[in-house]
Amino acid sequence: MSVIAPKFKLSEFIKSLLDNIFWIILIVVLVGLPAIMMILFVIEMPVIDGELLTPFLAFTWMADPTRILPVVHAFMATDIFRVMAFPGFGFAALLAAATIFVERKMLAKLQLRVGPFYCGKFEGILQLMGDGLKLISKEIIIPAKADKPIFWAAPVLFVAAAASFVAFIPVAPGWVVADVELGLLGVFAVIGFFPIITILSAWSANSKFPFIGGIRALFQMVSFEIPLILSLLGVVMLTGSLNLSEIAASQSVFPWIVFLPVGAIVFFITMLAELERIPFDLPEAESEIVAGWLTELSGMMYGLVQLGTYLKLYAFAGLFVVLFLGGWNGPMVVPPFPAELLTGVEMGPVTIGPFPGLPLFDQEMLNGTLWFVLKTAGVIFFILLPRGVFPRIRVDMLLNLGWSKLIGLAFVNIFIALGLLYAGVLGPGGLQ
Amino acid sequence: MTFNLPPGLALQKVDERIMTLNVGPQHPGSGHMRIIVQIDGDYIVACDPDPGYVHRGEEKMAEYRNYITNIPHLERPVIHDSCNVLYPYVLGAEELLGIEVPERAKYVRVIASELNRCIYIMYWLAIYGIFLGHSTMFMWPAGDRELLIDLMEKMTGARVTHAHFVPGGVRNDLPPNFEDVCLRQVNYFEKRIKEYAAIFYDNPILIARTRDTGVLSRQDAIRYGTTGSVLRASGVDYDLRVKEPYDVYDELDVHTNVMKEGDSYARSKIPWLDMLESCNIIRQALQKMPKSGSVRVKLKPNPKTKGLESVYKRVESGRGSLGCYIVSDGKVEPYRVKLSVPSFRNLIALPNLLKGEKLGNMPSVYWSLNYWPVEADR
Repeated sequence: MSVIAPKFKLSEFIKSLLDNIFWIILIVVLVGLPAIMMILFVIEMPVIDGELLTPFLAFTWMADPTRILPVVHAFMATDIFRVMAFPGFGFAALLAAATIFVERKMLAKLQLRVGPFYCGKFEGILQLMGDGLKLISKEIIIPAKADKPIFWAAPVLFVAAAASFVAFIPVAPGWVVADVELGLLGVFAVIGFFPIITILSAWSANSKFPFIGGIRALFQMVSFEIPLILSLLGVVMLTGSLNLSEIAASQSVFPWIVFLPVGAIVFFITMLAELERIPFDLPEAESEIVAGWLTELSGMMYGLVQLGTYLKLYAFAGLFVVLFLGGWNGPMVVPPFPAELLTGVEMGPVTIGPFPGLPLFDQEMLNGTLWFVLKTAGVIFFILLPRGVFPRIRVDMLLNLGWSKLIGLAFVNIFIALGLLYAGVLGPGGLQ
Repeated sequence: MTFNLPPGLALQKVDERIMTLNVGPQHPGSGHMRIIVQIDGDYIVACDPDPGYVHRGEEKMAEYRNYITNIPHLERPVIHDSCNVLYPYVLGAEELLGIEVPERAKYVRVIASELNRCIYIMYWLAIYGIFLGHSTMFMWPAGDRELLIDLMEKMTGARVTHAHFVPGGVRNDLPPNFEDVCLRQVNYFEKRIKEYAAIFYDNPILIARTRDTGVLSRQDAIRYGTTGSVLRASGVDYDLRVKEPYDVYDELDVHTNVMKEGDSYARSKIPWLDMLESCNIIRQALQKMPKSGSVRVKLKPNPKTKGLESVYKRVESGRGSLGCYIVSDGKVEPYRVKLSVPSFRNLIALPNLLKGEKLGNMPSVYWSLNYWPVEADR
């Protein structure tokens, strides 16, 4: 370890720690607290338990942390929390970041190398942060003859479309950003945006390789959208609903993959193609067309497209889980929460506690989220795996696969679903 | 069109449907050269390879150095096949200088040459894998290549540019215990490359992509003068190690791998079979090699040839028959050194193979020709 810290001295280490603590305390006291005080006086305070939350009451959480719980509850019930944090963007971005890390490490193990190793001491866990910082600090170069507004807008639109796709995915019962009746149609509508954004970006770069890549992406996405939609019709027929939450709730006994394995396979293959992953990464085939439609993107514009790609990957994996693997359904493994974590402690004149358990989340939601994340991780693993095993296929093979074989299989799946309905195995009076 | 063109030049009439792509030299799918491709939709209508980007004048440089100091720079065209690219020059210089090489040195040369052939083919295979988008096939050969590179390091002291062959033998004797280590590493290496069949050569997507693409018929392969794996993939049983044995190849049992298809898949599989054959040759050579003896004939400083004479020698390198033509006029420097390289011969077939193919086939067909741009430019 002498290589990493050649002149390590414990005294200097402790000194630097104390320095940091000193500056943190100083900044919090001189800047943070006055800022909080000012904000608390300016904004309108919520009424909790029939009591106006004054700055004084807000600060009493320092003496009794349980007093903050109503505020957090109120915040968690807002739409902004759902969009920004839990079932929405923050959760998805976290899973996407984990996906990138797992992909790099898994591929490295497959190929007999170590992968990211040095950044962040433990197995290169901060490599992604380093890459992000690098992309942010890089200069953004725009081709001279590019159509600048569209070229700028395309990566942002790409992330926006991917994030709106994430909004449809229900993570736990009642935990979904957009709980719309026609959720599946909404998903198809959002998927339909990606080829348009891709071709806009490729065309506006005004360069040959992005143009070819954009046309390839258009071919690929449009020709695979049809089997994608057809492969999901079986599930819609069996559940009689387009609401993704209802589809997930309907699989409490059996996941649909038991009855519709053909549809699941077709959906998985079309998913790989829509995500432009190997073996279907023709739009980014580097040995033929440099980086395809990403060739002219630089700096954080490229980073945004990567972020959008992985958000899209998470969303597709989540859609697969919701439609075929039963969504959040699973055995209850989360233990019931104790009413009190610690009973009250009497310390002289002061009584501390009793501390409540975990009243922020209910048991159902935690269990659902756990199963959803586990299943999604499994699906993501199988999405990542072909990258280490298969070479890239060609455009004509891709179109042949999409237009003839997959559409045929999708119809087979629809007939299986119809057969199950008419035979009375499923549907009214059937198993589910 | 009213502007005046210089005499002898004419504007090419190009259909509006046709798009001209400059693939390279700054392109991940070209190497150090440019391929000007004209495409109509996804189909290639014309292809014009444009080598010469890394021309370094190696042949001219050879006229200013004596027979020994020519060695380090003449291996530069293909540094990862450096023993084989020096081999014809060394054989020719020995004939000009009238040197008889010791028996042990001949065997050491054969071992070094076969090891280097495997090192070259592994590098080639790694790039073939990444050209097809198969990243595992990039990492595995690049990693397993280290086994043989370590052997070459033990043998010659250098990992890539060995400069090991000299007129009169090899530079150094083998290190102690080299035979055992070599046998062990080569056996493990053979076991590893046999595993490539499962992930690469038997991969259904790879077969679907490379079968029947860029088919080079037997007649065309002979007519264009292609050599090496390209020729053997088209069904011509031609290997200089068998047909014109040099050094001790006539005492070894060398099997020539031939496939009849002549497509991109066959051209990619022949080098892999060659590696397995090389492992056999190394084992035979290790067994038959004299256990002791001199490996180098001492030369005088600045050796001179007898007078005006020339010699042409050729060997089977990793890419095909590699010839060296040396003219000497009795001075310490050669009058002319001409390398006849297999890369350039194989490139001639490229425009005809790519015409009518799809753009997606360009990397696989181009790299299956076993072409190394730096060697072609010299």
